Amino acid sequence: MATVTAPARTRSGSKKAPDRMTGPRSTARRNWLGGGLAWVWLAIVLIPIYWIVITSFKDQSVYFSANPLALPTDPTLTNYQLVVESDFPRYFLNSVIVTVGSIVPAVLISFLASFAIVRGTGRVLKGINTLLLMGLAIPLQATIIPVYLIIIQLGLYDSLAAIILPSIAFALPLSVLVLSNFIRDVPRELFESMRVDGASDWKTLWNLAFPLTKPALVTVTIYNGLGIWNGFLLPLILTQSPEKRLLPLGLWTFQGQYSVNVPAIMASVVLTTLPILVLYVIGRRQLMSGLTAGFSK
Amino acid sequence: MTTLAPAALQSAPASTSPGGSGIRARSLTWMALPALVLFVAFGVIPLVGVLVLSFTEWDGIGKIRPAGFDSWRAVLTDPALPHALWVTFLVMALTWLVQTPMSILIGTFLAGHQRYREFQAVLYFIPLLLSSAALAITYKALLDPNFGLGAGLKLPILAQDWLGRPNLAMGVIIFVVSWQFIPFHSLIYQGGVRQIPTSMYEAALIDGAGRVRQFFSITLPQLKYTIITSSTLMIVGSLTFFDLIFVLTAGGPGDATRVLALDMYIRGFQANLMGPASAIAVILVLVGLALALLLRRLGGSATDSQLEGA
Repeated sequence: MATVTAPARTRSGSKKAPDRMTGPRSTARRNWLGGGLAWVWLAIVLIPIYWIVITSFKDQSVYFSANPLALPTDPTLTNYQLVVESDFPRYFLNSVIVTVGSIVPAVLISFLASFAIVRGTGRVLKGINTLLLMGLAIPLQATIIPVYLIIIQLGLYDSLAAIILPSIAFALPLSVLVLSNFIRDVPRELFESMRVDGASDWKTLWNLAFPLTKPALVTVTIYNGLGIWNGFLLPLILTQSPEKRLLPLGLWTFQGQYSVNVPAIMASVVLTTLPILVLYVIGRRQLMSGLTAGFSK
Repeated sequence: MTTLAPAALQSAPASTSPGGSGIRARSLTWMALPALVLFVAFGVIPLVGVLVLSFTEWDGIGKIRPAGFDSWRAVLTDPALPHALWVTFLVMALTWLVQTPMSILIGTFLAGHQRYREFQAVLYFIPLLLSSAALAITYKALLDPNFGLGAGLKLPILAQDWLGRPNLAMGVIIFVVSWQFIPFHSLIYQGGVRQIPTSMYEAALIDGAGRVRQFFSITLPQLKYTIITSSTLMIVGSLTFFDLIFVLTAGGPGDATRVLALDMYIRGFQANLMGPASAIAVILVLVGLALALLLRRLGGSATDSQLEGA
C-alpha cells in the first residue's frame, strides 16, 4: 500500500487543482483552529531559528546592546572564522566518518535481514524478527553501561569504532521494521515471476526488492543518519580525548569554553546543522513520503 | 489492508515446494545473521549485562566484584529514586499532553493540499535537524535572564530566571521538547489523515455534518492507530531525553529535572557507582517495557498495526 500511496502523495504537489476539489479539507468551511495553531506554532518554530542565524553574524559587543531580534547592522564573519579556526573541522570530519561508517553498514544489514524475514521461512528468522521488534520497546540507552564495558574489553575505548558499532546495532530495530513493511508490499506475483525465470534469491534481492524499496531505504538512511549525526550519549561515554570528539560533544565543550561569546556559539550551531539542512533540502520529498508511509496508520 | 500482511506472510511457505522450502529457508537465514550478531552483541548481551552488573560493585575502571543486593538496597531505599521516577513520569505525561492535541490539529490542517500548507510543512521539519545539544545551548542563551531575549526586548515576562527555578525549569523542558517534536508528530498525523478515504467525508457532508462533527466522528477515530504509533514513539522516546536535559539543566536546579536516564548517568559516570547506576538502568528498561505493553493493550498493538498498515 505504502509504495502505491507514497508517490501519489508526492505528486499532489505539482497537480493541485483536482486535489483541491476532492480533498476532504477544502470541501467545507475553513479550518480556523488548525490553521491558526499551525501559523502560531510555525512562528514559534521559526523565531529561535531566525535568532540563531542573525546572532551568528553579530559582533559580540553588539549582541549585548542591540535588540536581539533586529538584523545585524554590521554583519560580521568573525564568529565563523573563530569556529573554523578552532577544533571544529576535526570534529566535523569525525562526525562524517562515524555517520557514514555507521549508516552504510546499518542500512545494508537491515535490508538483508528484512528481505530474509519477509521472503524466508523458519523459526530462526521468526525469532530474529521478534527479537528486533522487542528492541523497539526498550530504551537502548539504558544498556549503555554494559556497552561501555564491552567496548573497553574489545580495546576500542576512545576510538571512532567505539561509537560506530553500537550505532549500527541501535539502528537495526526500526530500520528492519520499516524496510520489511516495504518489502512485504511488493506484489507477490513479481517475486513469483522472478522465481519462475530461475532467478536466485540473491538476484531477486538486488534486481527486484532493492529498486522497489528505494524510498524506504532513503528514509531509513536519513532518519538514522540524523540520529547518529546528532547523537550525544555514545560519544560522551565511549570517547575521551578531544581528537575523537564528534560535533554535538564539541558544541557542548565549545559552549563551556566560550560561554560569554554567544554569537560564536550560534555560529557553531549553524555550522553543525548546515550539512543536515543541505541533505534535507535534497532528500525532503523522499523523506516525507517515506516517513509518513513508515509511521502512519 | 489489515488482511494484506498476514496473507503475504503465509504466502512465503506456500510459494515454495515442500521439498525446497528447507533449503530456501536455510539459504535466506544467513542474510539475517549480520543483524543478529550485531544486535546480540550490542543489544541483547548489554540488556542481560545490565541486570548482572546491578548485582556487582564497579567503579568503571577497576575490577568488577560481586556485591549481592547491595546496589538494589541502596537504590530502593534512596528517596532520590521515587523523585526521579516522578520527574520522569511528569516529563512523559506533560510532553504527551501538550504534543498530542497540537500535533493532531496541525497535522489535520497540513493534510490539505494547498500550496502554502506544503510550504509550511517544509519549514516545520527544521527543528528536527538540530541536535538536542545545539537546541539546549540555544535555549540556554535565549532564556538567559540578563542577556537573553526577554532582557533584550525589555519584556519582564520573558526575562525570568527560567532555569533557576524548579517549576520554570520543568516548563522550559516541556516547551523545548514540544518545540522539537511537535513538527515530527504533526507530519505523522498529516500522513495518517491523508490515508482516510475522501468518500467518508463526502458521505458526512451529504448527511450535513459540520467540520467539528467530521473531525470527531471521522478523523479522530480513523487516526486511532496513528495516535497509538505516535504516542508510543513519544512515550518510549521521553525515557531517553538525556542529552537535552543534561545540557540544558544538568538535572537542576537541585534535582528538579533529574530524570531516570540522567540519574543513571550521574551515578554511573560521575559518581563512579556502576552497580547502583545499573540498577537504575534495569528500572528504566522495565518502565519502558511496561509502557510498551500497556500501549499495546490499549489499542491492539502498535507494532502490529504498523506491520499491517504501512
